[in-house]
Amino acid sequence: MDAKSFQQTVDKIAPKRPVLKNCLKAFLTGGIICGIGQLISFFYMYFFPFTERTSSNPTVSTIIFITMLLTGFGVYKKIGQFGGAGSAVPVTGFGNAMVSAAIEHKSEGFILGVGSNIFKLAGSVIVYGVFSAFIVALIKTILVQMGVINW
Amino acid sequence: MKNARTYQFATKPSIVSTAVSVGPLEKQSPFRPHFDHVYEDERFGEDSNEKGHATLIEDTCKLAIMKGGFQATDIDLFLAGDLVNQMTPTNFAARELATPFMGMFSACATSISSLITASFFLETNQMERILFGSASQHNAVERQFRYPIEYGAQKPPTGQWTVTGAGFGILSQYQRDKPYVHSATIGQVVDCECKDPLDMGSAMAPAAFDTIQQHLSQNKGTSYDFVMTGDLGKNGSAILQELIRTSGVSSYLVDKYRDAGAEFYGNNEKFLSGGSGAGCSASVYYGPIYAELLKKQWKKILLVATGALLSPLSFQQGETIPCIAHAVELTME
Amino acid sequence: MIFSIIIAFVVGGLICVVGQLLFDVAKLTPAHTLSLMVVIGSVLDGFGLYEPFIDFAGAGATVPILSFGNSLTHGAMAEAEKHGLIGVLTGMFEVTSSGISAAIVFGVIAAIIFKSKGKVS
Repeated sequence: MDAKSFQQTVDKIAPKRPVLKNCLKAFLTGGIICGIGQLISFFYMYFFPFTERTSSNPTVSTIIFITMLLTGFGVYKKIGQFGGAGSAVPVTGFGNAMVSAAIEHKSEGFILGVGSNIFKLAGSVIVYGVFSAFIVALIKTILVQMGVINW
Repeated sequence: MKNARTYQFATKPSIVSTAVSVGPLEKQSPFRPHFDHVYEDERFGEDSNEKGHATLIEDTCKLAIMKGGFQATDIDLFLAGDLVNQMTPTNFAARELATPFMGMFSACATSISSLITASFFLETNQMERILFGSASQHNAVERQFRYPIEYGAQKPPTGQWTVTGAGFGILSQYQRDKPYVHSATIGQVVDCECKDPLDMGSAMAPAAFDTIQQHLSQNKGTSYDFVMTGDLGKNGSAILQELIRTSGVSSYLVDKYRDAGAEFYGNNEKFLSGGSGAGCSASVYYGPIYAELLKKQWKKILLVATGALLSPLSFQQGETIPCIAHAVELTME
Repeated sequence: MIFSIIIAFVVGGLICVVGQLLFDVAKLTPAHTLSLMVVIGSVLDGFGLYEPFIDFAGAGATVPILSFGNSLTHGAMAEAEKHGLIGVLTGMFEVTSSGISAAIVFGVIAAIIFKSKGKVS
């Protein structure tokens, strides 16, 4: 069977992803998570000596703690199925990737299982975040030292 | 003849007993009345999914042996497989059963490939009883092929749910009031360059079509009560029916067509396109379908199990998904 | 204050919509999408655009994964400004460690306490 004509059959028959509906659900989910993040930020700014910019640290940690609970109790995957990118793009997605991998690999022990596999899904984010930061900072540093731009 | 693919079994090997066990979620299946055992614990009392998977296989095999009135020592050969790396759950179950054993891998088509192989072995008249079948456990398979269970990835509507279930049977010499294997068609790998592991149904449909076409061409004039594929799911089934319709090959089949995966969880949308996995076809074929054959509800059916022959690594390396389908024609006189 | 929450909601939601389009239209995996976004956050900070974005959108800018890229780059550039080229490597995790440390710590704790359940979503 010819692959191209088969692909046409698939495109005709297979259920399409409901893109508009998914985007709306993603908007709602992501918006709510960020809204809650804003509330948490205010909490830290009000009760502790954090500013608008430095409050992101405890906020992100708190969100990841909440993500751990939701993941552990089996609730997060329902949010994920509903919200799609709305739960994956905020730092909740990163937290869920690490926590779910850790829980899953407990059966292989804490060293070989949890320890080796915890970064299985989230590792690329850390690796390319660091690598990109390196390249960007390097380029900027060189340009500054050449006198092309200022910090 | 070269590349015949379709063979008839003169000795009419009969399926003399079967057993099907499933996990807790499979309680929701409309096929539930024909499952021998529904477990409450998805890990079957073990502390890891893979160990539980092995226990599922072992328990179900022992049940099939007992239902046939046999002992494990009566089994000449155990032919089975699963989807986990190196088929360790089946290997470990084989250790407990202590029978001669040959592992088989056809992904989700193992339920039928093991039956075909058993039929050929029995034709040689050197064996009397062969235990065959396959199984899958949702968590173990998902973790290996896709993501950890608690990961919040969004599944598209073409996604399928791996069934936690096992279906095994015992094949023996011809027995009057048991269904027998009349003929079989061995599959050939078909690759239509599908790449999406979240849409197995589309990838496997061409393989099912190829095997069905081959079997029908060698059995012209045979009338079937129905043709049932293993786990194309709702999406894959629709595509296969379109392929059958547009090719003009026995269009009556479109009305007599069923799919175990599409029917497994009924119309529950949460299971998306339906059930899948080596245990999906096995638990339906060797549970409700076998029971209906025994009651002489059907005379002649064609079972076509489908398998996607990919690995998580092949997907990461940008490979397409090659698929295969094996078919068995069961007759009840 | 309410206004900040609304802005965070809208901006965060829109960033997620971009992510959803990458999932559904570009058919990228979550790992590819998030890696892309973290790099975008990093590049935006290179141009000095992300910090003002945080001032405007608050949690709508700090909660999405882009802010990881921003923090890493920000730390690297801040150290490079003080100590030259070597600062690019030494400065990176100074600001960001909270997110990654939290994820590791809570991941291990979760592995100790929880077990996965194959319930349909």
